[in-house]
Amino acid sequence: MKILVAVKRVVDYAVKVRVRPDRTGIETANVKMSMNPFCEIAVEEALRLREAGAAAEVVAATIGPAHSADTLRTALAMGADRAVHVLHDPDPVRPLLPLAVAKILRAVALQEKPGLVILGKQAIDDDCNQTGQMLAGLLQWPQGTFASKVLLDKEKQKATVEREVDGGIETICLDLPAVITTDLRLNQPRYATLPNIMKAKSKVIKKVTPEELNVDIRSDMEVIEVNEPPKRKAGIILSSVDELLDKLKNEARVL
Amino acid sequence: MARRAAAAARLLRRLGPLAAEPPTRGMPHTQYEFANHTMNSCRRFHWIPSLQCPPCGPRTNAETYEGQRSANKASEVQKRTFGSAATHIQRNPAYSELNSDDVSYFKTILGNNGVVQDEDRIAVANVDWMGKYRGASQLLLLPKSTVEVSKILSYCNTRRLAVVPQGGNTGLVGGSVPVYDEVIISLAGMDKIISFDNVNGILTCEAGCVLENLSTFVEKEGFIMPLDLGAKGSCHIGGNISTNAGGLRFIRYGSLHGNVLGLEVVLADGTVLDMLTTLRKDNTGYDLKHLFIGSEGSLGVVTKISVLTPAKLPSTNVAFLSCNDYTSCQKLLLAARRNLGEILSAFEFMDHNCIDLAMRHLEGVQNPLPASQSKFYVLIETTGSDESYDKTKLEAFLLSSMENGLVADGVIAQDISQASNFWRIREGISEASVKVGAVYKYDLSIPVEKLYDIVEEMRCRLGNNAEVLGYGHLGDGNLHLNILSSKYDDNTLAQIEPFVYEWTSAQRGSISAEHGLGLMKAEKIHYSKAPEAVQLMASIKKLLDSNSILNPYKVLPQSVL
Repeated sequence: MKILVAVKRVVDYAVKVRVRPDRTGIETANVKMSMNPFCEIAVEEALRLREAGAAAEVVAATIGPAHSADTLRTALAMGADRAVHVLHDPDPVRPLLPLAVAKILRAVALQEKPGLVILGKQAIDDDCNQTGQMLAGLLQWPQGTFASKVLLDKEKQKATVEREVDGGIETICLDLPAVITTDLRLNQPRYATLPNIMKAKSKVIKKVTPEELNVDIRSDMEVIEVNEPPKRKAGIILSSVDELLDKLKNEARVL
Repeated sequence: MARRAAAAARLLRRLGPLAAEPPTRGMPHTQYEFANHTMNSCRRFHWIPSLQCPPCGPRTNAETYEGQRSANKASEVQKRTFGSAATHIQRNPAYSELNSDDVSYFKTILGNNGVVQDEDRIAVANVDWMGKYRGASQLLLLPKSTVEVSKILSYCNTRRLAVVPQGGNTGLVGGSVPVYDEVIISLAGMDKIISFDNVNGILTCEAGCVLENLSTFVEKEGFIMPLDLGAKGSCHIGGNISTNAGGLRFIRYGSLHGNVLGLEVVLADGTVLDMLTTLRKDNTGYDLKHLFIGSEGSLGVVTKISVLTPAKLPSTNVAFLSCNDYTSCQKLLLAARRNLGEILSAFEFMDHNCIDLAMRHLEGVQNPLPASQSKFYVLIETTGSDESYDKTKLEAFLLSSMENGLVADGVIAQDISQASNFWRIREGISEASVKVGAVYKYDLSIPVEKLYDIVEEMRCRLGNNAEVLGYGHLGDGNLHLNILSSKYDDNTLAQIEPFVYEWTSAQRGSISAEHGLGLMKAEKIHYSKAPEAVQLMASIKKLLDSNSILNPYKVLPQSVL
C-alpha cells in the first residue's frame, strides 16, 4: 500500500509575521520558511506506518513555486520515498484556495492511487482547515480528521482513528482508501539525520503543473488588502484597590 | 490561532526553549501547563518573541547548599564561596560606616525615590542570582544621570564609603554584590538609548539598558548586538562591558574590546571621563577605554556606551552532531573554519555526560541523536545572507565530514523550533547541573588541543565521588568544567582546588575565560598573571581609586593593594 502525504511550505511558526508595506500580503522576502508543523506530523505518521509494515511507500506532494521543493526535500530527508511537486506560482491577489488545493490533490491521488492520504489538519498561514475534508468529499472517501492516534489493519483494509473532539476522544473506523488529517498529539516528528539527508539527494521529485493534471484552479476570491490586527493598548499600573474598584465600576463597567 | 496552537504543540513535543506567547483563549486547555515551562528557559533566537527571563535556571537551587543557612545569618557576613576555597577577607576598617547624614545627603542629590532603604528591595540587591554570595548593604542608590553618579562617587570618596556598582546582577563570580556594607549603586535607572546611527550600525546608550531590549531595538533597524548570552533578559550592557562578557557570538564577532567604540566612565573621585566617541579608528594616545572593559567596576563606573552592531543576517542553520573522540572534534573545528569560513557563527561542544544530564533534568528535551553512543557532541551554527547557499554549503560540509569519519552521526534543524531545541540542550546544561545538588563551576581558557585533558584528569582524581562534565565554546578555546556531587564538602573541594588552577596555569591557560574574577577568584589571579602584571594592575587601581572605594575585595588580591 502507498501513502500520499500533502505538505505545505509556510512562514516558520517561530517568525513574527509582518504585513508588507504595500498591504498586498505578508512579508516573505528574507523570512525563514519551513514545513507546516501539522504536515510534519503527517509525514512522521506515514513513515511510522511504513516502518510498522502497514505501508510500502510514502509519497510526499506539495503545490507551490520552485522553492517549495525545499519542503519536499525535508520530507524526503525525514524518510519519504519520493515526491510530487505541482508547480504553481502564487498570485497574492488570487491565492490558491482549499478547494483548488483539494482538486489538485485529488488529481494526484487518482494518479498515485494511494491507500491512504494524510494531511495536516490545517496550515498555520491561512488557518483554513478545509483541504482534507474537501479532498475526502471530492474523492468520495471516508475521512478521519484531527487524528490523535491511527491504527491500520492491512488484512481488513481498515483504519481505526482516534479523534480529539470537544467531549473527549472519539474512535472511528474507516474503510480504505481514506483521508486522515493530523492533530497536535498524534506523534513527535523526527529530525532529519545526515545519512537521510544524503539519501534524499538522490530521491526523485516529479514535477507537474495543474494544467497537466487537468485541474481548473481559477479562484472566485480576490484579496483586496491585508492589514495587521489593531495593536493592544498598553495597560496601566494602579496604586490601590480602591482605584481598581473605581475603574472596574466606572470605566470598564463590569461591576 | 493555529500558529499558536502549533507553537504549543512544539512545546508539548519537544519543550524547546521557545518563549512562546502566553496561552490565549482558543488554545486547548490541556496545553496551558506547557506554556509555563517556557518561563524558565533561556533561548537565544532573536526572531522569537520572548518573555523577560531570569538568567538561566531556577533561583531555588540555593536551598541545596548547606552553607546557605549560615549565610543567611545577619551576624555572619562573609561566607564561603561555591567552588572556590573559602576566602576569609576581613572588612577593611579604613572604610567609614554609613550614617543618617549620608542618607540625607544622597536624598538631596537623588530625591527620595533614588534612595532605597526598604529591606526587601535591598535584600534582592544584596544577593547574586544563584544565591551564592550575600552582602549586608543597607543602602541602594538609583542614579538617573551621569551627573548624579558623579556626585555620589565624589561624596563617597571624600567620606571613604565603599561602593559596589551593580547592573543586572547576573554575574557568576560574586562581582556584582556587596561583600560587607558597601553602598550599592544600581545603574537600572539609566536605561535610555541615546542614539542609533543606522548607516554605520553604531548604538549609543546608557549603561543600565537591558541587553535584550537593546537587541530588540537594533533588530528593528536591521542590526544585531555583537554579543548574546543566556542572561540577556536581565543583564545590563554596562555590566557586560565591565565584565567583558563573552557569550555565544564571540567566535564570529569577537570580544567587546573590539566592538565597544567609546565609553563614558565616572572615576572614584567623581571625575567624568568622556571617551564616548563613535569612531572606528582613533589612535590618539593610550586607548583608555580598554582599562574599563573587563575591570569589573573596580576602576570606574561605566555610565554610557557606544558599541558597533553588525548587520542582521537572514539565514541561520544549526546542526547537532556526534563525534567519536576529542581529536575528531578538533579536526572538525579546523575543517569548519576552512569550509564554512564566513558563515560559521557558533561551534559548541559537550561530552556525553552533559547530554545525559540534560536529558535527565531538562523537561521535555528530546535527544536529537538517541541511537548515537558517541562520547562527544558538537553544535554548529551558521549565519549568512543566503538561505539556500548557506544550507547547501553546510550540508556539503557535514556530508563530507561524515564520509571522512570526523562526524559519527548528525541532524540538521529543518525549522527554527528544531534549531532552538538543539540550542536548548547546550544552553540548558548549566541549568541542569544545579539540579543535582552541588556544582563546582570553572570557566577556563585552555589551548584547544589540551582542553579536554583536564576533564579526564578530574575524572581520575574524583573517581565515583563526583560527576565531571566538560562543555563549552570550543571555537574560543573556552571550557566550562562542571563538577557535580550530591553536596558541597571540603574533601571534594580539596580534590579540585588548587589542582584545577595549577593545571590551567601550567598550560598557560586562564582561570577565568569569560566570567571574570569577582570575589570568587580575586585571590587566584596569580595563576594566570605574572606578579609584575598584578603589581602594575594594583598601581593602576591605586592611581584611579586611591581610597579603594570601588568594588572592594574583588578582582585583585588584598595583599597587593
